[in-house]
Amino acid sequence: VPFGSHYVILNLYLCSAEYPDLRKHNNCMASHLTPAIYAKLCDKATPNGYTLDQAIQTGVDNPGHPFIKTVGMVAGDEESYEVFADLLNPVIKERHNGYDPCTMKHPTDLDSSKIHSGNFDPNYVLSSRVRTGRSIRGLSLPPACTRAERREVERVVVEALAGLKDDLAGRYFSLTQMTDEEQQQLIDDHFLFDKPVSPLLTCAGMARDWPDARGIWHNNDKTFLIWINEEDHTRVISMEKGGNMKRVFERFCKGLKEVERLIQERGWEFMWSEKLGYILTCPSNLGTGLRAGVHVKLPRLSKDPRLNTILNNLRLQKRGTGGVDTAAVGGVFDISNLDRLGLSEVQLVQTVVDGVNYLIECEKRLEKGQDIKVPPPLKYFK
Amino acid sequence: MPFGNTHNNFKLNYKVEEEYPDLSKHNNHMAKVLTKELYGKLRDKQTPNGFTLDDVIQTGVDNPGHPFIMTVGCVAGDEESYEVFKDLLDPIISDRHNGYKATDKHKTDLNFENLKGGDDLDPAYVLSSRVRTGRSIKGFTLPPHSSRGERRGIEKLSVEALTSLDGEFKGKYYPLKSMTDAEQEQLINDHFLFDKPVSPLLTCAGMARDWPDGRGIWHNDSKTFLVWVNEEDHLRVISMQQGGNMREVFRRFCVGLQKIEEIFKKHNHGFMWNEHLGYILTCPSNLGTGLRGGVHVKLPKLSTHPKFDEILTRLRLQKRGTGGVDTASVGGVFDISNADRLGSSEVAQVQLVVDGVKLMVEMEKKLEKGEAIDSMIPAQK
Repeated sequence: VPFGSHYVILNLYLCSAEYPDLRKHNNCMASHLTPAIYAKLCDKATPNGYTLDQAIQTGVDNPGHPFIKTVGMVAGDEESYEVFADLLNPVIKERHNGYDPCTMKHPTDLDSSKIHSGNFDPNYVLSSRVRTGRSIRGLSLPPACTRAERREVERVVVEALAGLKDDLAGRYFSLTQMTDEEQQQLIDDHFLFDKPVSPLLTCAGMARDWPDARGIWHNNDKTFLIWINEEDHTRVISMEKGGNMKRVFERFCKGLKEVERLIQERGWEFMWSEKLGYILTCPSNLGTGLRAGVHVKLPRLSKDPRLNTILNNLRLQKRGTGGVDTAAVGGVFDISNLDRLGLSEVQLVQTVVDGVNYLIECEKRLEKGQDIKVPPPLKYFK
Repeated sequence: MPFGNTHNNFKLNYKVEEEYPDLSKHNNHMAKVLTKELYGKLRDKQTPNGFTLDDVIQTGVDNPGHPFIMTVGCVAGDEESYEVFKDLLDPIISDRHNGYKATDKHKTDLNFENLKGGDDLDPAYVLSSRVRTGRSIKGFTLPPHSSRGERRGIEKLSVEALTSLDGEFKGKYYPLKSMTDAEQEQLINDHFLFDKPVSPLLTCAGMARDWPDGRGIWHNDSKTFLVWVNEEDHLRVISMQQGGNMREVFRRFCVGLQKIEEIFKKHNHGFMWNEHLGYILTCPSNLGTGLRGGVHVKLPKLSTHPKFDEILTRLRLQKRGTGGVDTASVGGVFDISNADRLGSSEVAQVQLVVDGVKLMVEMEKKLEKGEAIDSMIPAQK
């Protein structure tokens, strides 16, 4: 019996009286949370006491958008993915193109040497970036973590990062203690993250106790950056100007492996499973948690009505250069992989490499007045 | 409020200093009182409904406050919070409510006939009069903690009670989640519609969860008596009208409240009240009467007089802009209301408003004639 569970202590109401009104909702949670599943899970909790109502609160509070389907739920800890599997598995399946955690295994591959043709024409590609997240096993995730746990995440990660050397050597800037000058520099470098304002995150409790135990680490070269205790325990970002995606991915893999080794030396490890890959707060980031992308100039292609189909078939998505939910400016797009789970890091980065090379070819053809072809859709893991 | 608390026992595995919040940059009542020692003493406690210390203080941790405005920085999740966490809440209550002691008793007086005057505030100056309070329904947890099932239960009971009223109190309930566009438009035009809270003081305390489920607005046909269901409190009750007849506003307020209370009592769900704290509400600042009685009054000259703020303090009144709390005055029109909530009765608080506003209107008239008002400045009430 989970201690402190709201429903154990206050067991006055039938589950049906508690079932949320999801009739105006359009998110993955709402699509799959039937009254039967709710009744089955509503009095369950993870060993740390995280409950179903907490997991779905963000989806109840944010009905969604008619065109954009948000996930609508989060995990409070690693065990959430087991305890609430009856809901999370169909959500994962819908979000990740039919990936079935019950029957499938997720491949992890951080061998960057396998990437080929990953150095783009810098006349088109302005910058390259790869990001992911990592969670520290044994500590609750941002929606549920206590202040002590959050501080422990910070301590574990910062200690490990202090062991990085050479091109990865760097410094930590705690949000509670940075000076005004440091803050300004981080803003100018576009590294500083703010307290979340999106209700998708605040309704899930991720902004509690801000800015306690939050901070930013980056290497001296400013090409490897880690956010601590924002939407995940850590967000890891490798980036540089220009089109050398292969080098960005090399640094990414090297840095991740080094950090993993350093935390393992101290008895910690990342949350990972064969079924779900790397475990993160939002089910949309399971698997690789990887978004590899470029800022690329495609002024002619941006006006072509076939662009969205081309992107879709290449398994890519476009965003404005301000990131998610922004518009493209001057024909410059943020192009990145659509998928996260069911394909390895190497596979996803190669997909981006192949896709961006194809888009640049299209742009060059359009420059010469030649026509372009919509490529056939890429086969998926099915 | 679920976040950070459903595993309260699990948290106890960590030392006090590891869990104690960093309040070094904070300026609210909670931060002034909550030492590490007190945190250590209370952190393993919870109310019978599972509300914990961290739930109480989360809003104050997340909202450090303002250098000039002292917010409360904590909330109650149920009636028992005020008992279980009294070591934290009593000093905060004392600080907020003029030194109110743990042994003091609060007087409730909703007999409108005990009010003297109040029917003759000059309507050339007093544009509108309003009295509001809150009520919590016994047997349910409060908005920071209530589940969907409870909130719906509160709504159901409230609608039953309100729709059974007749005479001047005959009215209609508009649930937020199913009102028509036309109804919504009308409620906006009447300035009755309340929105999902955006203030982080409220959202960080979990009061906007599941919006708009279980929320709604009831008002009588003549639009002079209005009840909000499940906003910041179970019920917010408002009596109002144009002009300066505060006596009539208060009469309707008292009569309406008593009628509603009778119906809730019949269902064995009376209002939360005790003789020490009066009416129990979510925010400790609203304990006692929970009453804010006020007027919109034109005081262009008096408001620019150097002694205006001092006069208000002596009269135990506070000023706000006509948009309500945290707004500025427009065209010399102020919202003037009682400053106190706990330690004096409803009648006494409305009396202060009536007497004080009457005096200030007379001062305004004197200033219009170019005369001095120094002899009229009152002693501290």
